[in-house]
Amino acid sequence: MDFTVVSEITDNIATVTLKGSLDSASASVFQEEIQKLIGQPIKDLVLRVSELSFMASAGLRMIIFAKQKLGSAVNIFLVSPQDQIIDTLQMTGFIHSVHIVDKYPK
Amino acid sequence: MADFDTRIDYYPTHELEGIKYRRGRVLPFGATMVPNGVNFSIYSSSASSCTLVLFEKNADQPFAEIPFPQEFMIGNVYSMIVFDLDFENLEYGYRMDGPFNPEEGHRFDKSKVLSDPYAKAIGGRDEWLAPPNWDNVYPHRSRLVFEDFDWETDKPLQTPTEDLVIYEAHVRSFTKHPSSGVKNKGTFAGIREKIQYLLDLGINCIELMPVYEFDEYEHSKKNPETGELLVNYWGYSTLNFFAPKSGYAATGKYGMQVDELKTLIKELHKHGIEVILDVVFNHTAEGDHRGPTISFKGIDNKTYYMLTPEGYYYNFSGTGNTLNCNHPVVRNMVLDCLRYWASEYHIDGFRFDLAAILGRAQDGSPLNNPPLLESLAYDPVLGKCKLIAEAWDAGGLYQVGSFPAYGRWAEWNGKYRDTIRRVLKGEENMIGELSQRIQGSPDLYLTRGTTAGINFITCHDGFTLYDLFAYNEKHNDANGENNNDGNNDNFSWNCGCEGETDDEGINILRHRQIKNALSILMLSQGVPMILMGDEMGRTKYGNNNTYCHDNELNWLNWDLIDKNADIYHFAKHIINFRRNHPVLRNKEHYSNTDYKGTGFSDISFHGVQAWNADWSNSNRVFAFMLDGGHAKNGSEIDDTIYMAINMYWDALPFELPQLPDGKKWYVSVNTDMPSPYDFHQINNEQLMDDQYSCTVGPRAIIILVGR
Repeated sequence: MDFTVVSEITDNIATVTLKGSLDSASASVFQEEIQKLIGQPIKDLVLRVSELSFMASAGLRMIIFAKQKLGSAVNIFLVSPQDQIIDTLQMTGFIHSVHIVDKYPK
Repeated sequence: MADFDTRIDYYPTHELEGIKYRRGRVLPFGATMVPNGVNFSIYSSSASSCTLVLFEKNADQPFAEIPFPQEFMIGNVYSMIVFDLDFENLEYGYRMDGPFNPEEGHRFDKSKVLSDPYAKAIGGRDEWLAPPNWDNVYPHRSRLVFEDFDWETDKPLQTPTEDLVIYEAHVRSFTKHPSSGVKNKGTFAGIREKIQYLLDLGINCIELMPVYEFDEYEHSKKNPETGELLVNYWGYSTLNFFAPKSGYAATGKYGMQVDELKTLIKELHKHGIEVILDVVFNHTAEGDHRGPTISFKGIDNKTYYMLTPEGYYYNFSGTGNTLNCNHPVVRNMVLDCLRYWASEYHIDGFRFDLAAILGRAQDGSPLNNPPLLESLAYDPVLGKCKLIAEAWDAGGLYQVGSFPAYGRWAEWNGKYRDTIRRVLKGEENMIGELSQRIQGSPDLYLTRGTTAGINFITCHDGFTLYDLFAYNEKHNDANGENNNDGNNDNFSWNCGCEGETDDEGINILRHRQIKNALSILMLSQGVPMILMGDEMGRTKYGNNNTYCHDNELNWLNWDLIDKNADIYHFAKHIINFRRNHPVLRNKEHYSNTDYKGTGFSDISFHGVQAWNADWSNSNRVFAFMLDGGHAKNGSEIDDTIYMAINMYWDALPFELPQLPDGKKWYVSVNTDMPSPYDFHQINNEQLMDDQYSCTVGPRAIIILVGR
């Protein structure tokens, strides 16, 4: 499945919907979306990933990138990630950088 | 970032087939990410030319080969910045041209793509024992890593050395067995799932057998009897000193082994457990003149290896070659490597395999003042790291007690191991030496304190603790070397039957001997180390050299906790007994005087008669008392502890030294008693009915606390 990314900002909440496979090649597309958010008054970054089947190292690193660029005050929510992605986040410590939720709470 | 990116020195000046590059920075060596590019830097003193070879991940052939222009070479260093590379998807190596003239020490072969000695990750063997492509033009591929790991507030723990209880473990063996119950068996992540177990056991330091990238297929062969594949399982053969073993990471297939190992270390630290790495700088995986050319051999053979005058490899490691550690360039590589692990991975200490080699000159002769060992001891970045030497090598250099220490180095105390084994076996003429070992071996380390000695009875080399009392002889046939490998001097005793037996008396004695061993180990001054699984009676069925087995000979069977519950509970007790009693953890040696005015000297020696130790040759009993008023070299108050060791074959009455008025003796441990009466919980010990004497059973130990 091809990778697609769609983003929107509403009420200081940035929602990015990721679908498909986030690998080395598609990470740059994701990075461009994050870069668009830099400097905007965002308090939460909501990544909807329920239809994301695979996230490679490059994709995970984009989470770190987002944390660095948006600042630690911005909460990053990962909504409904698949088990494989949760496992990888846990084993590599990336899970500390995000909130894993079934549904964005606000 | 924009200002940084537009600096003039990051503009490409050269282009080859669409690849843009420019002169690089000579330091640091290795591949370093810079804005918009990667800086590649590599040393070779004798190559005539060097070419950077770039691959996309897993590609059969390179997508680019860029010769270093001669003007990019400064001194003996080739450096180049290449722009617009996909960091995630890049694998790189080098071709070095130069003379192939082994008599002169040169083995250049430009047909080989060579791995970078400073690569921070190695691709190509991402998953453990995945079948390799034997036709791969570049099997062990240098990769880049990101250094964006979020350590939060973590840093090395700096636990005082005298307070450590070390647990020696093999990453894969620890959780690979189905009984481990962890999700990711045999991996760094698997260890993380067992942190609570380690805490319950009471250890506060885990020493990991080699985690640097190695090739499990090196010297692989079939077991002649079973046809099973025998591999380089333990990993004492390094491919690259900076890269963690990808096959040990559940996320290795995603190239995230660095993050997984760092996450493990961070979690261990969070629970107060230090991490020591077993590092193998004495040799590499390239073997001798018949071995493969992977990296060092093709980059600068004469620099990296000790060579005979004829150009062959010195073999002080017993594995084919010897790293030329006291060559200044190699010495710097070792320093760079350990600084990297200390700073980037927050490693707390290092145990150096066959460390006596690190004190040899380039011609192999022992040095009086080895520059590498001195450099490590005084290095600013390593200033708080534990440095532990296996103070011997395969070339006959044995330096236990005499390893050049520079006030920093500790040693695996091989004499402790041998003495305690012989005592437990019931040998005569051991009491004098035993008294030294339980004091932290002042005969060996008089000016270096107790922490110079890492006390152990078993380690990965040799019998497990259970096998020490179940086998007289090694049984290594499964290794496929006709039982010629492995140590013959095990000082073991099978308690009356070779191997497994239904004889209840023998099995009871074996369990008692294990408890005796753990008791002596945990009550000795110095730093105790136990081997993974000894706390639950792990057996390797008499094989004392299981370096090649990816099976149940090495995998820890967690069902043993139930099968040998008495051993497991006893081990937990005796480890925590040590952790609870500062009198067992002095940093300086005893003075054998009463410098605190308590009425007792810090340590006193006894026998079946109080105050009258029997030092005669035929004696097999010994007792000692540690005065609680002299705990931690007199800085803390503790209980007084008395230990009676009876390795005679009959029970004996021991007269007890008398405590000051108001204090009583309580029984903490009696290994002669069946479980659960073999020990009493800390602070709930059993008051002795008879305060004047106690009977110590045959081949048994009693530990009393006086308060």
